[in-house]
Amino acid sequence: MQKDTMQKDTMQKGLAVRILSGAAAFTTVLALSACGSGFGGNATSTGSGTAGGGGGLTSSSSALTVMIGSSGNAETNAVKSAVADWSKSSGTKATVIAASNLDQQLAQGFAAKKPADVFYLSTGSLAGYAANGSLLAYGDQLKDTSDFYPTLVKSFTYNNKLYCAPKDFSTLQLVINTDMWKAAGLTDSDYPKTWDQLEAVSKKLTTGKQTGLVVSGQYERLGAFMVEAGGNLMNADSTQATANSAANVQALTYAKKLLTDGAMKFAADTGASWGGEALGKGLAAMTIEGNWITGGMQSDYPNIKYKVVPLPSGPKGQGTLEFTNCWGIAADSPNQAAALKLVEQLTTKSDQLGFAKAFGVMPSIQSAADSWKQAYPQLAPFMDAAAYAQGVPAAKGSAAVVSDLDSKLGSLAKSDPKTLLDETQKNLQALLK
Amino acid sequence: MSANAVRSRSGIHGHETASGWLFTGPVLFLLGLFLVIPVLMALWVSFSDWGGRGSPFSAGVHFIGFDNYSKLLAGGGLAEQDFGTSLRNNAWYVVLVVPLQTALSLFLAVLVNRAVLRGRGFFRTAFYFPSVTSSVAITVLWLFLFSSTGSVNKLLSYIGITGPNWFNEPSGILHDLLGVFGVQNGPAFLTGGTFLGISWWDWLAGPSVAMSAYIIMGIFTTSGTFMLLFIAALQNLDRDVTEAAMVDGANGWQRFWQVTLPQLRPTLFTVLTLGLIGCWQVFDQIYTGTQGAPDKTTLTPAYLSYQAAFQDQGWGQGAAIAFILFVIIVFFTLFQRWVLRERKVSRRKMRPYLSVGTGSSGVPAGAAAAGQPPAPDGERQ
Repeated sequence: MQKDTMQKDTMQKGLAVRILSGAAAFTTVLALSACGSGFGGNATSTGSGTAGGGGGLTSSSSALTVMIGSSGNAETNAVKSAVADWSKSSGTKATVIAASNLDQQLAQGFAAKKPADVFYLSTGSLAGYAANGSLLAYGDQLKDTSDFYPTLVKSFTYNNKLYCAPKDFSTLQLVINTDMWKAAGLTDSDYPKTWDQLEAVSKKLTTGKQTGLVVSGQYERLGAFMVEAGGNLMNADSTQATANSAANVQALTYAKKLLTDGAMKFAADTGASWGGEALGKGLAAMTIEGNWITGGMQSDYPNIKYKVVPLPSGPKGQGTLEFTNCWGIAADSPNQAAALKLVEQLTTKSDQLGFAKAFGVMPSIQSAADSWKQAYPQLAPFMDAAAYAQGVPAAKGSAAVVSDLDSKLGSLAKSDPKTLLDETQKNLQALLK
Repeated sequence: MSANAVRSRSGIHGHETASGWLFTGPVLFLLGLFLVIPVLMALWVSFSDWGGRGSPFSAGVHFIGFDNYSKLLAGGGLAEQDFGTSLRNNAWYVVLVVPLQTALSLFLAVLVNRAVLRGRGFFRTAFYFPSVTSSVAITVLWLFLFSSTGSVNKLLSYIGITGPNWFNEPSGILHDLLGVFGVQNGPAFLTGGTFLGISWWDWLAGPSVAMSAYIIMGIFTTSGTFMLLFIAALQNLDRDVTEAAMVDGANGWQRFWQVTLPQLRPTLFTVLTLGLIGCWQVFDQIYTGTQGAPDKTTLTPAYLSYQAAFQDQGWGQGAAIAFILFVIIVFFTLFQRWVLRERKVSRRKMRPYLSVGTGSSGVPAGAAAAGQPPAPDGERQ
């Protein structure tokens, strides 16, 4: 009996399916033809690059595409207006695309051989793209590279070639909630100058729900301690792994002590997603963050009063980490000559100061430092750090190793710093083979 | 009988083959273009050193044999360790989500299928609702619910429990459980040996607390869908068999286990298979939520594949992970098919019925057959 009903059922379903699939086939044919014409149009408009222009660069009348990984509307609009200004003066059209996932969209462009002409590129992904030939190494064709900070230039040098012009940079410093500072009876003369002092004030500022120091539990923050102790994961050229050096062990042991004493907590353990949120929500009296914190505090926690001071000196003096991005140009761009000119314009002092005003970054050129400090005297410690800050590893594949370390640093309080770093050392060495 | 019907139909309408192909043609073409060809391309990429620039079939791309696979399965480096970790995490996810969601969906289906329940439509919709909501939305909701100061921990605090910091807690729940009994480190035979870069002791850590939150979410979101499948199957069941069982004096519990459940076997197979495939492919929750954190305990092979390819430019490795995952899924599906295969009723189970049939007690043979639960199911196939 059940068999019969089931059969009837499938027959009815069969008819419905036939009608539906007919309709579906018809619509897909329509859709396909529409798609086809779309692709054709694109191909003719951008695929007309001719190699062999000035200095071996391709040049054509193609419009430029600029792809950015934007932190928000302020950044997108600032880049858009700067690029539009350049378009007007140069006569080359250019559009800015704010990528929702920069890594993914860049990779798709490179695979399709139709990449964005100019794009943001992080230190971590530079080596990967440089190795597979996606990037144009245009460093030697820039008019002037001596004005860029040398450490930034090193971050974007792969196989002794400067691949792309540093866009801007950020450094880490200590950010203090001034109301909590005063409430604990501390004054301006108490800003910590040494690790011991940092430990002392952190303990003093830890009361109830409030923790003295709250940082994200990752190398990108705790690495500052490593630099202060005279170490870092790799040497400045990213050609040698130095992860398990005595200095790094000392730095993480210090961080571990702060954690086990309760004077420091990781942001995730307080329920905040990063140090700025912990500071804004009053969970932290101090945090270690970069100059991007100003934007976040202004928009989300305008009532919190804070002050930026230099991180304390470690056993080997002052130190901190710096982060940077650069303007990459695609090897497959049909109009590299124009792209290079655009990048030169975007790294000028006036454009960089414009970006600084719009979204709080620091100019990558030394000649803009003084104007920046005058405009933002309260953030001066971030700029001063340029003298002693060090970059993060840039070797191919190092991003994965660093994220592996980050995943383990979350449980630093329960683990042995030396073991953690030995593991990272092994992984970094594997990259250099 | 059904075979006959099909044959006679195709005999009469034989000339419709051409139009059949015409109608299926576009779909076959689309499937070929967007499914078969990309899959074959990915297979090639997994055996090549393609770096992500230009076509994988261009001149500069070389065949490198099983290099990508061996790095994952026996490389001894970070790649192997990550892959092992992701398999460990996902295996626990599958082991917990698949049975629990199947049981829950069957339970819900039986509940809302009862004629006595008032407002059946409401409950059906309510239970089905999580399934039609976008998984991204539910993940975001989950991140709020399970944050350290979220509603779940608030609720737990009312009964005196300090909830964990769910999505930031990397410790495995089995390890935590053992920790309660004072076992902090595993025995040497477990901590000593490793498989895929992970020690046996860590394989047995159980899902991390963070992963457990995802497990609860997986059960919550998908049991609605499968409940619908079970409802459809339940409504299709023959009342006669159930009534015959009632006449034979089977109580509700017995009827469910001995009469209803065996008849649901095809649906059960569908649900388990779909659940298994879905669970081995967890991606969007991880992508939206924790991205593998904390301590890589929510890393899944699907997400690792994406990460290896798009973020670390290891395209061959990403593709290789995808194909290993494919093999795993096919293996488990076949295994499940084998476990749930139709079996002849064993001689031991048949004995009571046989003795009734052969005996001269005068009981009509029909009644005995109706009271013999697994057999009708076997015939029905």
